[in-house]
Amino acid sequence: MKNIFTALVAGAALMAASGAVAQEIRIGIAQEPSSIDPHFHNLGPNNGFLSHIYERMVEQDSKQRLRPGLAVSWKPISETVWEFKLRKGVKWHDGSPFTADDVVFTAERAVNVPNSPSSFGTYLKGKTFTKIDDYTVHVSTPKPYPLMATEMSTIMIISKKNAQGAQTKDFNLGPAAIGTGPYKFVKWQKGDVIEFARNDDYWGGRPNWSKVILKPISSAPTRVAALLAGDVDMIDGVPTADIETLKGNPKVKLSQGISNRVIYLHLDQKRDNSPFVTDKNGNPMDKNPLKDVRVRKAISKLINRPAIVEKVMEGIAIPAGQLVSETFFGNTPNLKPEAFDPAAAKKLLGEAGWGDGFGLTIHGPNNRYINDAKIAEAIAQMLTRGGIVTKVVTMPKNVYFKRASRGGPENSPEFSFILVGWGSGTGEASSPLKSLLTTYDKSKGHGASNRGRHSNPKMDALVVQALATVDDAKRKTLLQKATEVGIGEDQGIIPLHYQVNTWATRPGLRYDARTDERTLAMDIKVVK
Amino acid sequence: MSVFIIRRLLQSIVVIWVMSLLVFGGVYLIGDPIDMLINPEADQEDIEAAIRALGLDKPIHEQYWYFLANALKGDLGKSFIFSEPALQLILARAPATMELAIVASLMSIMLGIPLGMWAGLKPNSIAGKSIMTGSILGFSLPSFWVGILFIMLFAVMLGVLPAGGRGPTTEFLGLQVSFLSAKGLSHILLPAVNLALFKLSLVIRLSRAGTQEVIHQDYIKFARAKGLSERRIILVHVLKNILIPVVTVIGLEFGSVIAFAVVTETVFAWPGMGKLIIESIDQLDRPVIVAYLMIIVFMFIVINLLVDILYSILDPRVRLQDIRA
Repeated sequence: MKNIFTALVAGAALMAASGAVAQEIRIGIAQEPSSIDPHFHNLGPNNGFLSHIYERMVEQDSKQRLRPGLAVSWKPISETVWEFKLRKGVKWHDGSPFTADDVVFTAERAVNVPNSPSSFGTYLKGKTFTKIDDYTVHVSTPKPYPLMATEMSTIMIISKKNAQGAQTKDFNLGPAAIGTGPYKFVKWQKGDVIEFARNDDYWGGRPNWSKVILKPISSAPTRVAALLAGDVDMIDGVPTADIETLKGNPKVKLSQGISNRVIYLHLDQKRDNSPFVTDKNGNPMDKNPLKDVRVRKAISKLINRPAIVEKVMEGIAIPAGQLVSETFFGNTPNLKPEAFDPAAAKKLLGEAGWGDGFGLTIHGPNNRYINDAKIAEAIAQMLTRGGIVTKVVTMPKNVYFKRASRGGPENSPEFSFILVGWGSGTGEASSPLKSLLTTYDKSKGHGASNRGRHSNPKMDALVVQALATVDDAKRKTLLQKATEVGIGEDQGIIPLHYQVNTWATRPGLRYDARTDERTLAMDIKVVK
Repeated sequence: MSVFIIRRLLQSIVVIWVMSLLVFGGVYLIGDPIDMLINPEADQEDIEAAIRALGLDKPIHEQYWYFLANALKGDLGKSFIFSEPALQLILARAPATMELAIVASLMSIMLGIPLGMWAGLKPNSIAGKSIMTGSILGFSLPSFWVGILFIMLFAVMLGVLPAGGRGPTTEFLGLQVSFLSAKGLSHILLPAVNLALFKLSLVIRLSRAGTQEVIHQDYIKFARAKGLSERRIILVHVLKNILIPVVTVIGLEFGSVIAFAVVTETVFAWPGMGKLIIESIDQLDRPVIVAYLMIIVFMFIVINLLVDILYSILDPRVRLQDIRA
C-alpha cells in the first residue's frame, strides 16, 4: 500500500514537473535541409538539423571543440592507426544496440551515395575501418593522420540493421532514418515542416522537448513576423537590419555568437594581365600590381574594418586578422586585424611603384553573406579614396560562385579581386589554410578554393608538415606559423571580419549560440 | 470541335519542346550549382566527382539529348538538390498552390462582380467611387509589400491570424487539402487575399465597364418597359451579359495566379510550387526549373483551351474553328 502511494506521489510530481516546461518547441529556420539521409549532402543545414536524429563518434561542442559522442575515447596506437572506443549501452531508435558493426557499415555507405552533390568522401577517403570487437574500431591511413578525430566529428553514424541497402528516399520517408540521437524522426513535408519526437531512451538523459517542429521560412521579414506573432518559439538568421528594433521589444530575446565564418578578399596573384586590374582610366595593363606584396598590404591598410563593422554590419561582426577567431585551434595571437592606416598604405604603394594608383574591380555575391554587396561597396569607396580607383560588380550567388572559381579560360578563376567567406566546418585552421592559401595543385588536392592562386612554397611546406604532425601542441605551432607567413608576411588573402550570428527566441528561452551556425533544439534552454 | 482540340494539343507539344530548349540553354548559360552545393572543404577530386555525379561533365547537347530521351518516357530528371524525380517534387507541392489559387480566384469573383456591378450601376455614389479608388490601389501596390503589411497588421499587431505557413491538412478526394478545418482556413486567409487583390481589382473594373455598357442597351430598356423587377434585370440580364469577358479573363488569369503565387508563397512561407521554384532558381536546380516551367506552359495551354470551349457555351454565336491567318 505504501509503495502504491509513493508511486502515485512520484507520478504526480513528475507530471507537474513536465507540465511546468513547454513540451513542444517550434523553430522557424532560414534554410531547409535537402535530405534526411545524413550522407547525401555535406551541407550546413543538413549537418545541423540531422544532428537531432543521428550522432557522430566525436561531437563538436558549441565552440566546435571536440568532445566524446558515440566514441568515449580515441587515440593513435601507432603512426598510422587510430583506436576509437565506443560507448556501451547506446540503443538505436528501434531498440537495437549500437555496435562497431554500425560504424564500419557507415564508413562504407557514406562514400557511396548515388547522385550526392557533395559527398562525405572528402573526410573518408584513404581510411580503412576495422572492427576489433563490438566496442572497438581501428581506423588506419597510409600516412600519419592528425585530423582523424576532427574528421570523425563530421560523419553521422547510421544503423546497419535499418539502413542496409537503403536509398536516400528511404531516409526521407522514414524507415531508414534511425539514429541514436536525442530526437526521433517523425516526418518531413518538404517546404512545410520537419518534425522530431523525443527519444525517451536517450543515453545522454531525457531530452527537453517532447516535440521539435522545424518550419522553413526563407523570407527574413516573414521569419521575424512569425516569431513576433507567436507562430514559432525561435528563429535563426535574424537579419542585421532588424536587430536594433528587436532589442527593444519585450516579446523577443536575442542570442548572439561569433561564427566560424570569416569574410575575406582574394587577390589575383597569378596572371600578369589580370582582366579586372587596369590603369586609372580603365585601360588594360600588362603588369599586375596585385602580385606585389606591398600593394596587397597597402590595400589591407586602406580598409577601415571598424568602420565596416560599425556602419555596414550595424555592429554585428568582429574585425578579423586571420582565418579563424581566438577560440579556434590554430589561431595565432601574433596577428591582429590590420589597422586603418592610409599614410602607411600610400607609402607602400609609392615604394612598389604604384604611387599614382591604378584601377580595380571588386566582384562579390549579393545574396550569400550578411550584407555582402554593401561590404563590397564600402571597400571600393575606401580603396578609391586611397588612389586605387575601384568599381563594384555584385551578382546573385548562383551566377557568382561558378565564375569566381571556374569562369575563366581553362576553368581558371575569372575575376581579379573578390569578396568571399569561409566557414571552418572542422573548427580548426588547417582546412582553410589548405583550401585557400596553399598553391593550387589538383594532384595533391591543395588550394581547391584558392581563387586568387596565391602561392608561397614556404607556407605550403609548413601546412604539409602540420598535416602530418599528430602531436597537438606541435601542430598548433606549425599552423600558427603558416598563418603568420601566409597572411602576416605575404598577405595572400585579406581578412575582413568574422560574421556574428543572431538567433531570436520568445521570452523564457535562451539559445546557446553556436560557432558552426547550427540551430539545435538541444541547445535551447528554458530560463525563468 | 474535336479537330480543333487535337490541333491545339499538337501545337502545345511544339511550344513545350521549344520552351524546354530555351530554359535548358538559359540555365546552362547561368552556370552550374556545384560551387554552391559542394562543401567548401572538398578538394578538386571531390568537386569533379560531384560534377560527374550530376552528369554536368558532359557537353550541353549531350545533356539535352539525355534529358529529351528521358522526357519522352515521362521522366523529367532528378532534382540536383533532393535527388528525387523533379516531376514528383513539383506535383507533391501542387495541391497547396492549387488550393491557394482557387480560393484566391473565388474570392475575386465573389467580391469583384458585385462590387464592380455596384460601381457600374451607381458610378457617382460614394460607395461607387470608393470601390474604384480601392481597385486602383489593388492594381498598383506591389504584392510582396502588401503581404508583409498584412502579416504585420493581422499577425503581429492584432494577433488574430497566423503569420504564415499552411495549416493542418486532411485528405479530400485523394488530395491533401487544408481549407476544411478552421485552423487551415485561418492560415489560407491572408495569402489568398494577398494573391486575390490584383485579380479582384481587375474583375471590379471589368464588371463595372460591362455593366455600364449593358445597362444602356435596348434589351435592358425593353425589359424595364416590360415591367420586370430591377432585381431580375440586374441579376439575370445584366449579369449574364457581363459574364463573358469576366470568364475569359478569370480563366486566362488563373494560370497567372498560379505562376504569380511565387511571390505570395515566398512571403507567407506557403509550401507550394512557387516557393519550390524560387528556391530551385536560387540554387540552379535545373531539372526542377525545367519541369516546373514545362508544367506551367502546359497548364496555360489547357486553360486557354478550356476558356475557348466555355466561351462557346456561354455565347452560342461563337463557334470553335480553326482561324487561319
